[in-house]
Amino acid sequence: MSAALPQKPTRRDVLRGLGIVALTVTPLSACAFGSSDSPSSSGPTGAVTPENPFGVAADAPLEVVIFKGGLGDEYATGLHEPMYKKEFPNAAIKHVPTQQIAQTLQPRFAGGDVPDVVANSGTDLMDTGVLQDAGQLLELTKLFDAPPIGGSGKLRDTLLPGTVESGLVGGKPYVLNYIFTAYGLWYDAELFKAKGWQPATTLEELDALLGKIKAAGLQPYAYPGKNAAYYQYWMILISAAKIAGNQVLLDIDNLKDGAWTAPAVKQAAEAWAAIGKKYLDPSFEGLTHTEVQTAQNQGRVGLYPCGSWLENEQKDQTPATFKYAVAATPSISASDKLPYGSIRAAAGEGYIVPAKAKNAPGGLEYLRIMLSREGARGFTEKTGNLTVVKGAADGLPLSPGNKSAAEAQAKAGDSGIITYSLFENWYKELETELRSQTNALMFGRITGEQFCANMQRKADAVKADPAVPKQNRAS
Amino acid sequence: MPRGGARFVISFLALPVLIYLLFVIGPYAQAFYLSLTDWHGVTSNPQFIGTDNFVRLVKDPTFWTAVGHHALLVLVLPLATLAIALFFAFLLNMGSGTKGVWGSRFYQAVFFFPQVLAVAVVGVLFQAVYRPDQGGILNGLLGSVGIAPIGWLTQPNLALWSVIAVMVWQAVGFYVVLFAAGMSSIPKEIVEAAELDGCSRAGMFFRVTLPLLWDTVQVAWVYLGIAAFDGFALVAVLSVNRGGPDNATTVLPLEIWRTAFTFSKYGYASAMGVALFVLSLAFAVLTLRVTRRERIDYA
Repeated sequence: MSAALPQKPTRRDVLRGLGIVALTVTPLSACAFGSSDSPSSSGPTGAVTPENPFGVAADAPLEVVIFKGGLGDEYATGLHEPMYKKEFPNAAIKHVPTQQIAQTLQPRFAGGDVPDVVANSGTDLMDTGVLQDAGQLLELTKLFDAPPIGGSGKLRDTLLPGTVESGLVGGKPYVLNYIFTAYGLWYDAELFKAKGWQPATTLEELDALLGKIKAAGLQPYAYPGKNAAYYQYWMILISAAKIAGNQVLLDIDNLKDGAWTAPAVKQAAEAWAAIGKKYLDPSFEGLTHTEVQTAQNQGRVGLYPCGSWLENEQKDQTPATFKYAVAATPSISASDKLPYGSIRAAAGEGYIVPAKAKNAPGGLEYLRIMLSREGARGFTEKTGNLTVVKGAADGLPLSPGNKSAAEAQAKAGDSGIITYSLFENWYKELETELRSQTNALMFGRITGEQFCANMQRKADAVKADPAVPKQNRAS
Repeated sequence: MPRGGARFVISFLALPVLIYLLFVIGPYAQAFYLSLTDWHGVTSNPQFIGTDNFVRLVKDPTFWTAVGHHALLVLVLPLATLAIALFFAFLLNMGSGTKGVWGSRFYQAVFFFPQVLAVAVVGVLFQAVYRPDQGGILNGLLGSVGIAPIGWLTQPNLALWSVIAVMVWQAVGFYVVLFAAGMSSIPKEIVEAAELDGCSRAGMFFRVTLPLLWDTVQVAWVYLGIAAFDGFALVAVLSVNRGGPDNATTVLPLEIWRTAFTFSKYGYASAMGVALFVLSLAFAVLTLRVTRRERIDYA
């Protein structure tokens, strides 16, 4: 019995090893990066006509990469891809479903062999700031200026306000955010009706409401700290915007000095920390969104911060008696700049066309198909989610949650829309830190003031880091 | 060597060596090169920036937190695993003189079960064990005797220990089998002689078994030490916010993964990889040096 490990590599062995390493560095060093010559960005093109505004070559193959998450990929294989095929019967479509966008596509971007359309979503989505900085994204201005399918004028005018702006990178549109999402506190409308509970409009009312829910034996408030702390930081950011207006969130996105230590952010953080201390069970830091959402469906959780995809995500677990509804976050004080009813409503789920796509015009056309009335309406039918296409779902029977979200948005009006946060995609390091600090704040390990100071420190570090491409937004 | 022997050997070795160079040495060399660049992963022209990444790394508090966790792991994981595995292996093989305790073959198979499970499966399994509310297996048991649920993975000062416990649980089985094999090759005469001289069971273990098993223990220590520089899968599956709470469980492979795939800083991530490479190598060399002893040949 002797364990064979080399006890004593001789000096010659070591030198020989080093020599091999040195020899292999040069020829191999090019491997991970592929060829450095960039192929032409557009590939074969056809004639530009009003029906074919991007000049798609009728027989050019199209590769579509779809994030197969909560939405599935049937909306692509069963709707948008057949629509493309109908328009260009000679085009071969390659459909690639994946749950790991970055792992699947990063080597392909590096190697120059990219698909034509990408649904850039999920936990492992690609950093669009980095992609754009590296010249890997196709600008979508042409898409938004093209006429809608079967219509005239410009496509951008058929979309909900803010859609194009939400996809700006470096001041230009590079991302098509396709799904309309409303964010707020979700609850079971039936349960609330049965118990006589009302959504809270002020902090005091929220305190009283959560107290009543707790007295009824439920967990009054919960968010999944283990993998979705961002559900909670959205609420903190929304509250900060209610206190002092959207400028607070713009400053955060623009990495403005002192953006995180602004009084509104501190006030919002402190208000939520107080809720956390009083009503948030420590076990929720270790639970996932699936676990917490199931608990809510079982009638064990009162209010849950989330976006409007929640209802669809839970549709298999939700009992028939459970009716999702959303309430705006409560006003923090009487001097709030934005009214109680204002909500964060934004376009989400980004779609991109790689700049070096072999069939980039086809990619643009695919997005135009998605944005057509038929494409958008079908998407809502297949996935239960509303799109950014104005009125595309009119007349469709809406689920209780979607109806509630649409009502909340109507109540908020155009002036009551709280803006989305772009730093979440622009600066992933800041976002990662925010998840960690949000848990520390909500589960009582740090104060609101420490929260602001820690976030400001990270924002300053990101700002000073030359390796991070900087972005800017005006509105 | 007969004539033509060298050519014969080389022709057989060429392919494996080439594959090894291409898929093992190649990526290593490439990582070393990348660590000196600012590569973002999506372009084909990384810029050479010298040792900037390493200068950053030295000032990076998260990096040092992770290294601290490895330092703890490198001490606790081998010690705990070896102690438990040696104890079990001794009971199984020499629990009653030259024989193991009753049913030892059955136990040996059972101890090996965790080794058969994929790490991800173990992670998901322990998610249920450690679940922080009454639904968790551990907390359910505690609840039945009136103890409030414990946040095994949510309390910053407990989380890393909970992860280490899983690593030990998973590793023990393999080393029980390894040591059992080692013990069965210890000559019976020595054991019987020691018994005749009235050696106690503890004396037998420390004076006969352990010295004769030293080679195996040494190898086990190196293996476990290298495992202590990993921990990626378990931490990624089990911990809050992947490495949390408050970075309390983060490990270098996880930081490398996050820096590359989430932050798109492939150059910086490669620098972390190089640091990890140096750390594991230094550990292996050091362990082999420190624990070197005279080898005993039975023959």
